[in-house]
Amino acid sequence: MAKVTLKGLSHSYLKTQSSDADWAIRGVDIDWNDGGAYALLGPSGCGKTTLLNIISGLITPTKGDILFDDKVISGLNPVERNIAQIFQFPVIYDTMTVYDNLAFPLRNRKIPEEEIKVKVHEIAEMLELSSTLNNRASGLTADGKQKISLGRGLVRSDVNAIMFDEPLTVIDPHLKWILRSKLKELHQKINRTMIYVTHDQTEALTFADQVVVMHEGQIVQTGTPVDLFEKPKHTFVGYFIGSPGMNVLPCQIKGNDVIVNGKKIETHQQIKKNNFNKTEVGVRPEFISFSNEGIPVKVLSVSNTGRHKIVDTESETGKIKIIAKSNEDIPSGSTFLKFKKEYTYTYGDSWIIE
Amino acid sequence: MNKTVNQKAWFFVIPVFVLVAFNAIIPLMTVVNYAFQETFGNNVFMWEGTRWFKQIMLSERFHASLGRQFLFTFIILFIQIPLGIAIALTMPKEGIGVPVCLVLMSMPLLIPWNVVGAMWNIFALPDIGFLGNSLNALGFDYNFTQQIGDAWFTTILMDVWHWTSLVVLLSYAGLRSIQPAYYQAAEIDGASRWAIFTKIELPKMKKVLTIAILLRFMDSFMIYTEPFVLTGGGPGNATAFLSIDLVKMALGQFDLGPAAAMSLIYFFIVLLVCWVFYTLMMRNEEKS
Repeated sequence: MAKVTLKGLSHSYLKTQSSDADWAIRGVDIDWNDGGAYALLGPSGCGKTTLLNIISGLITPTKGDILFDDKVISGLNPVERNIAQIFQFPVIYDTMTVYDNLAFPLRNRKIPEEEIKVKVHEIAEMLELSSTLNNRASGLTADGKQKISLGRGLVRSDVNAIMFDEPLTVIDPHLKWILRSKLKELHQKINRTMIYVTHDQTEALTFADQVVVMHEGQIVQTGTPVDLFEKPKHTFVGYFIGSPGMNVLPCQIKGNDVIVNGKKIETHQQIKKNNFNKTEVGVRPEFISFSNEGIPVKVLSVSNTGRHKIVDTESETGKIKIIAKSNEDIPSGSTFLKFKKEYTYTYGDSWIIE
Repeated sequence: MNKTVNQKAWFFVIPVFVLVAFNAIIPLMTVVNYAFQETFGNNVFMWEGTRWFKQIMLSERFHASLGRQFLFTFIILFIQIPLGIAIALTMPKEGIGVPVCLVLMSMPLLIPWNVVGAMWNIFALPDIGFLGNSLNALGFDYNFTQQIGDAWFTTILMDVWHWTSLVVLLSYAGLRSIQPAYYQAAEIDGASRWAIFTKIELPKMKKVLTIAILLRFMDSFMIYTEPFVLTGGGPGNATAFLSIDLVKMALGQFDLGPAAAMSLIYFFIVLLVCWVFYTLMMRNEEKS
């Protein structure tokens, strides 16, 4: 029940840092609003877990501050921060029963037994663990164990935030769906700040109101799932989100004109300056259509997914993927492509040119 | 899944069976043979039935050495297991300290047993040994060759020195295999250091500790060389543990019948204790 703010946060696992690559997290500034459901999305090794552990206090950052409700809490330990965290692999206390496992965080905080009993039964009910409360936790299946881990995170009613570190990795796909809906439901019920780390875009986009995309230790974009899809602020967001991801093609900027493969194209933005080392044009496969004029390409292959067709084409400067309707006729051999202006963006050094 | 039935596979068991027969079953059957008969050499045997067994079971000498044996084993287990865990907990988890500690810990385990006995004998001699001499210089009346308490103290100290490392190495391996997430989760859950030890570390070490206790039980229950070289079972019979007493009976007095019966009883005690202990430890394990 707090707003979590990160200010100028950087972390390195090395003692001395010589280049950007030595930093696991570099210059992260972000506000996580009270009661929000956030997803922290990014590929393996981009620093998501490090960021999470910094918030919970398991790791002390090299630089920067963590604030809860605008109070600096960087020096506090996880207990003092009053954070709940659920890990990728189920952590259970083998020798205890399911009940004792769920009660453990409360007992450590010296809460009276009657109160613990009420809380544990409430959480067990929610996670459908009621019938196994008296069993030894070690005998459960992987998803049963992970439910206990979730339960231990959720059982404390006063936590400042609940953090999930890819909690559904070990769960069956079908159960994954159920548990995810359950978490979403829980969020609406208890209205606590939740941060959900994942590398799976479906998981992120279905769980969260706000998705934070990380890339090489930096936050590249924060926004609603629609924002991320329609206006990626960084080429990485473009190709990490969406299936297939955004097409990114090298381009030249001459005055106010954007030129791809020798052809001038229209983009969303007005180009006012050009002081970049590398300029690119990005457009999602959904926003490209075949035409009689435009970018010349050769059609390489067509695959039909049932709902739509994915067409691979080759242009002078690289491959371009197109998503076409499943009943659409695909020209063969040489043809031309037209990009939808409002969804075509220009990027300078990988960042969108505003 | 159905397994294919192929009785020819039994042939593959033959080499192992032959090997085990030669190094275990046949010698053991010889002992069984002696245990039920009386012999005066020249391959002349007379049937004695269970006489030797009754004699051993009722013998005060056997009771005394068995008592000493259990006392010794309990004392060294009581010291070595907690001490081993404690050392393993304080050992470094990364950096140059890890190999240094591991090598130092392994050293005593690499020394031949009779050398250990000889080393400690010289080390503890009251007049010229470093330990014995120092203790006497400090004002203790120490002489392991003549005083029963000192003999026990030295034997136990030697065994602790020789074998605690084994418990340390096993416990350390058990501790290192615990995923960091367990410690992180415990930290988030607000667990105390003691709770981390009893709820995470000990349960996770259970299997290696079971092995450690079994190994230390068997080895210490069958201990022979080190106390034989150190005290020779003395003063008197004070440190004559089961195997020392057994050798005295078999080779010293040449009472082959009673000695054979005693070996079998000895063997069944070891087997029984191990079985009971293992069954108790594993009764709550997951049935998977």
